[in-house]
Amino acid sequence: MSLLALEKVEVHYGGIRAVKGIDLVVGQGELVCLIGANGAGKTTTLRAITGLAHAGGRIVYDGEDIAGAKPHEIARKGIALVPEGRGVFPQLTIEENLAMGAYTRGDRAAVAGDVERVFTLFPRLKERMRQTAGTMSGGEQQMLAIGRALMSRPRLLLLDEPSMGLAPIMVDRIFEVIRQIAGEGVTMLLVEQNARLALEASRRAYVLESGLVTLSGEASALLHDPQVRQAYLGE
Amino acid sequence: MVNGLTLGCVYAVVALGYTMVYGIVQLINFAHGEVVMIGCMVAFSVIVALAPTGLPPAVIVGAGIAAAVPACMAVGYVIERVAYRPLRAAPRLAPLITAIGVSIVLQHLALLVWSRNIIAFPQIIELRLFHFGTSETSAAISNVQLAIIGTSIAMMAGLVTLVYRTKLGIAMRATSQNPQVAGLMGIDVNRVISATFLIGAGLGAVAGAMVGTYYGVAHYQMGFLLGLKAFSAAVLGGIGNLAGAVLGGILMGLIEALGAGYVGDFTNVCLMDRFLPGFAEVCAASPESSLFGSNYKDVYAFIVLILVLVFRPSGLLGERVGDRA
Repeated sequence: MSLLALEKVEVHYGGIRAVKGIDLVVGQGELVCLIGANGAGKTTTLRAITGLAHAGGRIVYDGEDIAGAKPHEIARKGIALVPEGRGVFPQLTIEENLAMGAYTRGDRAAVAGDVERVFTLFPRLKERMRQTAGTMSGGEQQMLAIGRALMSRPRLLLLDEPSMGLAPIMVDRIFEVIRQIAGEGVTMLLVEQNARLALEASRRAYVLESGLVTLSGEASALLHDPQVRQAYLGE
Repeated sequence: MVNGLTLGCVYAVVALGYTMVYGIVQLINFAHGEVVMIGCMVAFSVIVALAPTGLPPAVIVGAGIAAAVPACMAVGYVIERVAYRPLRAAPRLAPLITAIGVSIVLQHLALLVWSRNIIAFPQIIELRLFHFGTSETSAAISNVQLAIIGTSIAMMAGLVTLVYRTKLGIAMRATSQNPQVAGLMGIDVNRVISATFLIGAGLGAVAGAMVGTYYGVAHYQMGFLLGLKAFSAAVLGGIGNLAGAVLGGILMGLIEALGAGYVGDFTNVCLMDRFLPGFAEVCAASPESSLFGSNYKDVYAFIVLILVLVFRPSGLLGERVGDRA
């Protein structure tokens, strides 16, 4: 059964249609990726799901249409976004950033346990827990953004370009963690420009071009699709 | 010096109201001075009503403050909800002008409710002086001053604890740094902003009651100058910065008190008559004649504001203003 289903979702910015009616499904426990060039509408799609952008059409999450709901209401339903550019709170400490991830939760003991779990995933964060997030490197901030999203125990985790601007070694580390989280059964929708990495990590994939889904299917099949190879894998 | 410190504490508490709101919505809430004025008026109304009962003065003043805080919180909440929230997405000039408008509206509402007369504080508190030295002429601090300084410090400590130690406080700082991402965390940004206005107004209410008790008078226009000075204090310290507001407020109080006290003496024309002939007649009439006497006390605050804006626009502690990474 699908956890998230977009039906004919459209997003307008001013007079421009950035997303022109896309259908997309993410099943329970699946890792699905959305690939495409700059400006194809990938980030806009995630903004529509999280309520940051006003969307037309239906966005059905857990059997309920959430299109038009406010971001904090959607977050409380169990959708977490790791935003493009990481979006950490630069003048809060690592600890405080993580506490904000768990803002909606009241179970203190379990929250403390989840902080430890994030620190196990990213030991670097533990070393710096009292530093402000703005003093960390891009990769560390990305770790923090993912850790913060996990703190809400999301049922659906949305990741927007987690590899952007990071050193290759850091990208590997981030994807290792993404695979690990997926292995734990967290449902994920991953937006990525690095199509190869994304396709290798995912089960299914959608290709977005100028606001429309042009291709979709099993990630392994797309990885061998000549069109995809030429357009997105640089071959 | 003690006068300056007392005044400075009041400015600091009012400045905190400006700086908190600015920190979270980048809006100078020019109506904050009027909120302080309303706090003072409500407290006075209660105090005047209770004065004949013969209750202990501390209880009466406490009751006045207890009435002023919720009244100001309600005013602060309504201002934000009605005047500022609809303009959240508008260019920054629009809410700024609205703030000035709200300030005028509140002033005239107070004029309608409390009339244009100066309201005097009933003589219920027996002023007692505590001297620092042994002689009767040494510097002294009164019980009212002690109470004002003590209350202010307690409130500032409480605010710091709230902002740095509680979930709401962290959410307030998160919202000020990135409201969009704060929403993604499940934080209801509007509620956090309302909470900020409530807290700022509550602080303002107590400050209003204190300043009224200190000067012994209240007037519907008192909020304007007080608010402007506290705003200058917030800018002096670095607007958006809590520690800056406290430092700026205290400095502002000291500058005003010392400026009024000493600049007047330094420019006393009668002591300079050797260099400035021609003032003999004036001095004969009043030996205290001075070029910049204590009537100029309001000027010093604004001289400081101008100097800060020219030489250090981000304020004393405001290095990070503009850096929102």
